[in-house]
Amino acid sequence: MFLKHHQLLERNSILLTVAILVAVSIGGIVQIAPLFRIEQTIEKVDGVRPYTPLELAGRQIYIREGCYTCHSQQIRPLRDEIERYGHYSLAAESMYDHPFQWGSKRTGPDLARVGGRYSDDWHVQHLIDPRAVVPDSIMPPYAFLEGRPLTVRETIGNHLLANARVGVPYTQAAIDNAVTDLFAQADPNADTSGLEERYGDKVNMRDFDGNPGQVTEMDALVAYLQVLGTMVDFSAYEPERGNNLR
Amino acid sequence: MGANQQVAVRSPYRLDIMFMGAVVALVLVWGAFAAALGSDAPMRLQGYVAIVLASLAGATMVFGAQAGTLGVDRDAYSDGVIRYGVFMSTFWGIVGMLVGVVIAAQLAFPTLFSHPDFGFLNFGRLRPVHTSGVIFAFGGNVLIATSFYVVQRTCRAKLWGGLLPWFVFWGYNALIVMAALGYVTGITQGQEYAEPPWYLDIWLTIVWVAYLLVFLGTIRKRTAPHVYVANWFYLAFIVTVAMLHIVNNLQVPVDAFSSVSYPVFGGVQNALTQWWYGHNAVGFFLTAGFLGIMYYFVPKQAQRPVYSYQLSIVHFWALIFIYIWAGPHHLHYTALPQWAQTLGMTFSIILWMPSWGGMINGMMTLSGAWDKLRTDPVLRMLVASLAFYGMSTFEGPLMSVRAVNSLSHYTDWTIGHVHSGALGWVALVSFGALYCLAPWLWKRERLYSLKLVETHFWLSTVGILLYISSMWVSGIMQGLMWRDYNELGFLTYSFIETVKAMHPAYVVRLVGGLLFLSGAFVMAYNLWRTARGDVRDAERALYPDAPPAGNTTPGAPQPAAVPAE
Repeated sequence: MFLKHHQLLERNSILLTVAILVAVSIGGIVQIAPLFRIEQTIEKVDGVRPYTPLELAGRQIYIREGCYTCHSQQIRPLRDEIERYGHYSLAAESMYDHPFQWGSKRTGPDLARVGGRYSDDWHVQHLIDPRAVVPDSIMPPYAFLEGRPLTVRETIGNHLLANARVGVPYTQAAIDNAVTDLFAQADPNADTSGLEERYGDKVNMRDFDGNPGQVTEMDALVAYLQVLGTMVDFSAYEPERGNNLR
Repeated sequence: MGANQQVAVRSPYRLDIMFMGAVVALVLVWGAFAAALGSDAPMRLQGYVAIVLASLAGATMVFGAQAGTLGVDRDAYSDGVIRYGVFMSTFWGIVGMLVGVVIAAQLAFPTLFSHPDFGFLNFGRLRPVHTSGVIFAFGGNVLIATSFYVVQRTCRAKLWGGLLPWFVFWGYNALIVMAALGYVTGITQGQEYAEPPWYLDIWLTIVWVAYLLVFLGTIRKRTAPHVYVANWFYLAFIVTVAMLHIVNNLQVPVDAFSSVSYPVFGGVQNALTQWWYGHNAVGFFLTAGFLGIMYYFVPKQAQRPVYSYQLSIVHFWALIFIYIWAGPHHLHYTALPQWAQTLGMTFSIILWMPSWGGMINGMMTLSGAWDKLRTDPVLRMLVASLAFYGMSTFEGPLMSVRAVNSLSHYTDWTIGHVHSGALGWVALVSFGALYCLAPWLWKRERLYSLKLVETHFWLSTVGILLYISSMWVSGIMQGLMWRDYNELGFLTYSFIETVKAMHPAYVVRLVGGLLFLSGAFVMAYNLWRTARGDVRDAERALYPDAPPAGNTTPGAPQPAAVPAE
């Protein structure tokens, strides 16, 4: 009877500790390790790029304010979700997201494809006073983002560098020009050729918060929201093909 | 401390004192740099708070050394740190639940708690204060205090490590203060239940290794031949949480004095690692650890041996082996590969059995002592916690089935499920253990008032029922509204209509939370009066059958210490 042999573990605490460690390691190894064979896990799509410096700064505000506690960024392949929010989310769309922000609760709607759905002005009004545009909203107001200068604006290059270290393909030029790119994206009069060269010509380049004189937290957050879910070129995506079925 | 006893003080060059002195010095240096060079105001504030906390620790040690009391403890068991643990558990329990009530009120009455000009008190920043407050601050302090108590009694050995248990206790509580302050000022890693920033992750790793050393060191010193079953669960909890914490918090900080870091894993890999961590924070922090509490306090309070020794072996190994696989059920229908989702679902359903193994083993321990439920409200609280444990470990596997999850996921049903486990199981078993510990630790005959325990029991139970039933209603209703189509084939409801429909449920939930919180206040009062040695006058003649409080004399018979065959 194996229970007799259990005495061995009950009498030797080091053996017991090792046995526990073995028992709890197996499941994690079996599930997590295979995911790092990327080609089996993440689809090949056109258009997904690292965030621009301004979008990355906006993403940090999204994280700081805990937006993920009420908004998911993951559309499930269910009929009602696709009709409500758009194409279901692909693994490729969040492959440069460190950390991921899929969320677990929809106290507010999913934001995976909120980019381009509303005007910048709507977002600004909504963030300042959610109930001004959605009377039954239960979202807290974020008026303090307006006019507050971005604290990371001078050090954003370090953020790109840290992302590059964990595998996001930022080039050296992107890291060196991060500050210039950050200001250029929100300034209607700036020379944006470098920004376009590094991030493509689809990047939203304009003053986002109605205050062109300053790059604020509101600019950054709206720039981030406006890019969500807009990168993939779905006309070139074949969901049924080969590795895209998982 | 008499002068004659000071002769026995060992050399001041003790490893534990030197270690703690070095840690205090290091934290002071880091705090000074962070206060001066921090990348933004919240980070500089973290530096100042670190300086204050380290200075307090250093001053306490210096004064202790001057008075000759530093690291001197002649009691048979180290109970001082556990008494502080009972206090901090109660304190953090009330703080965490209070913040929970506040954020519940924010969802029910959003204009009432509206702060357009600053973010400190917004839902998104307070929510991690609530979750960390109840899980890690309240739950963690209960686990540290009870594990220190149980391991000493069942091993008949004093805590190992000299001052190290104090380091574990204060180090852990300092972490909570720093993390909570960080959340409200905007410092977070943005991964649920793993929100503390990278430097606090490193700090927790140090504290946790010390915790493991104290626990294992005490077990190694034991005079009983066997390691008692409660300690297997505590050990699994400590070891596994260390593994989960380290892997899920592999981060690259922006620089040494920036609060921002970027996790090594991104996207889908980050999602699976996070929920492997997140689900097993439930499995090992909130389940295995609290089963350790159950395996000591239920038999002790019922004065009966554990129902089945063999069942405890089988369900222990099954539980810890299977739990670790269940994480992917948090990611059904996401971009996670489907094989991983299916694996997570399958193991979640299998997990039902070892979970109920624990419930049955606890419940059946009352065999021959069921009558005590009438007379002992503390025991009733412990048994009710097992009933809620059984309920939520049935609901969990149900919700992990992909088809059910398509409805329940992203809704309040999940919130209700979490709270049936957190309030019903974790909090009630903790309350029961605290009610046992207070008279034992302060050497009192009995609690100040069993009537107040009774009051607490009903406030909690009614609170939980209001909470989980309102969340079933709002969750299932919203899930059904999201997928409702009209006769023309269009979605019937806009998102905001589903939000509006949930308002009554949110008000009921708030009432439930308030009841539960008020119960915690009743407990705090009762524990405080018990520690003072008071007995409520009206109750001196009541409950003549109530068992006397536990006997803490070392070497006294410990009826539950040896598992029954």
